[in-house]
Amino acid sequence: MALLSVSGLTVRSGGTTLVDDVSFTVGQGDRVGLIGESGSGKSLTALAVTGLLPPGLTATGEVRLDGVDMIGAPERQRTAVRGPVAAIVFQEPLTALNPLMRAGRQIAEPLRRVRGLRGAALREAVHAALREVLLDDTDRIARSYPHQLSGGQRQRVAIAMAIACRPRLLIADEPTTALDVTVQAEILDLLDRLATAHGTALVFITHDLPVAARVIHDTHVMRNGRIVESGPISSLIAAPEHPYTRTLVDSARRFDAALERTARD
Amino acid sequence: MTDSSHPSISAASTGASSLLAAEAVGFSYRGGMPALTDVSLAVQAGRNVALVGESGAGKSTLLRLLLGLAQPTTGTITFGGRPLTRGRLREYRRSVQAVFQDPYSSLDPRHKIGRIVAEPLRGLGLGADPARVAQALDAVGLPADTAGRYPHEFSGGQRQRIAIARAIVCDPKVLLADEPVSALDLTTRVRIVDLLASLCAERDLTIMLVSHDLGVVAELCRHTAVLEHGRLVEQGDTSQVLGAPSHPYTRKLLASVPRLTN
Repeated sequence: MALLSVSGLTVRSGGTTLVDDVSFTVGQGDRVGLIGESGSGKSLTALAVTGLLPPGLTATGEVRLDGVDMIGAPERQRTAVRGPVAAIVFQEPLTALNPLMRAGRQIAEPLRRVRGLRGAALREAVHAALREVLLDDTDRIARSYPHQLSGGQRQRVAIAMAIACRPRLLIADEPTTALDVTVQAEILDLLDRLATAHGTALVFITHDLPVAARVIHDTHVMRNGRIVESGPISSLIAAPEHPYTRTLVDSARRFDAALERTARD
Repeated sequence: MTDSSHPSISAASTGASSLLAAEAVGFSYRGGMPALTDVSLAVQAGRNVALVGESGAGKSTLLRLLLGLAQPTTGTITFGGRPLTRGRLREYRRSVQAVFQDPYSSLDPRHKIGRIVAEPLRGLGLGADPARVAQALDAVGLPADTAGRYPHEFSGGQRQRIAIARAIVCDPKVLLADEPVSALDLTTRVRIVDLLASLCAERDLTIMLVSHDLGVVAELCRHTAVLEHGRLVEQGDTSQVLGAPSHPYTRKLLASVPRLTN
């Protein structure tokens, strides 16, 4: 059984269809990309998959996350799979982190709730999680409030929170878009390393094809709420079939080519 | 390699031939560490300049100085080869306009586009001539009826076109563009870069681009300056700086750029 299977997922807001008949599966350890631009429905798909759609939006179709029906099951069952089975990392860590709570306590919260850790064991697990995301100065970071950390450190803390309970699926929604380019490269390497080390499946959501190419294998290109093309990312880049995929690839190549020209001149 | 080890470039980059220049500029916020140290950078007509660097490098501070919004602690900002003084700000504003990163916060939501685009004309006392507004909107590829609509009716890419129309409506010589495509989708980014390139070619306009996106820099600018911790660590022809970088930080930036072809 797939870790995540999405079949005919449709998300509506009143009479407007925002996600239209989307289907895909993610197996243990898979690296799946949802690629699309503003309004493509990629982020709503991620929220629907984890049962976190905001009020006013309704989902139909079938989403099974580790066997749990994420559309029809009671809230208690859906909550139970978030954390241990699937966790999300968002674009802007400032909105994901509580500004009034020290980083250490925020990482401790899921460890306490899901893994039942207390006292010294909890403290050690928090520091282990920070080391895991390559934040060495663990005492200082754990005692810091989010505003005292840099953008890259905040995103590392958000990732530490997400992976603290060893989820089998990590959903990352534009996790590097708000970061500087060198920090972006470090965070992509980190996600890559963590997913490999723990066999975590990754659903990576982005508008940026070159960023996606760095971490994922299977790709679904979304536009206006629909998947327009699917396949291994190397094939999509080498031989895009849908005109929209071709536009995306051509756009990315423009800037690649400009940089390569400077190297030749 | 430091800026001073490029004597030929430094010498050529300042002096009377530049439209706009920072000459040995330093700046400290009150009671703080220096945000900029000994920065010399010039914009010469027809030669787009890129200022590259990451958060906290001092890009925005330098831009504030170049816009005349703050005074350098040391060194001089020159305009047309002469120091920028308060008495020259009016002439300066007519020649130097700016476009910012976020097209959602840079347009007043309560005003129609026609009024927004005419703002520099009114501010400079040139008269809000609807014909000039229409011409600016046309130059950025927007239909004439745009003038009667409100910002919320437009997408991010269209809003950035509106911001560009506002910047060029008074026919400036220099456009200071602060991360103008960073907030845009990839396909929109290509179209806005194309628009900026064509405006330079057609309107005797030179761009100073602040960007962390080296692909955009390579596409649009002939000169590149790399800022790290408030100092220019490298500057010169883009083909040299990005093609054969001499400073480790420039090499690190280049290595971090995600590319389709690895």
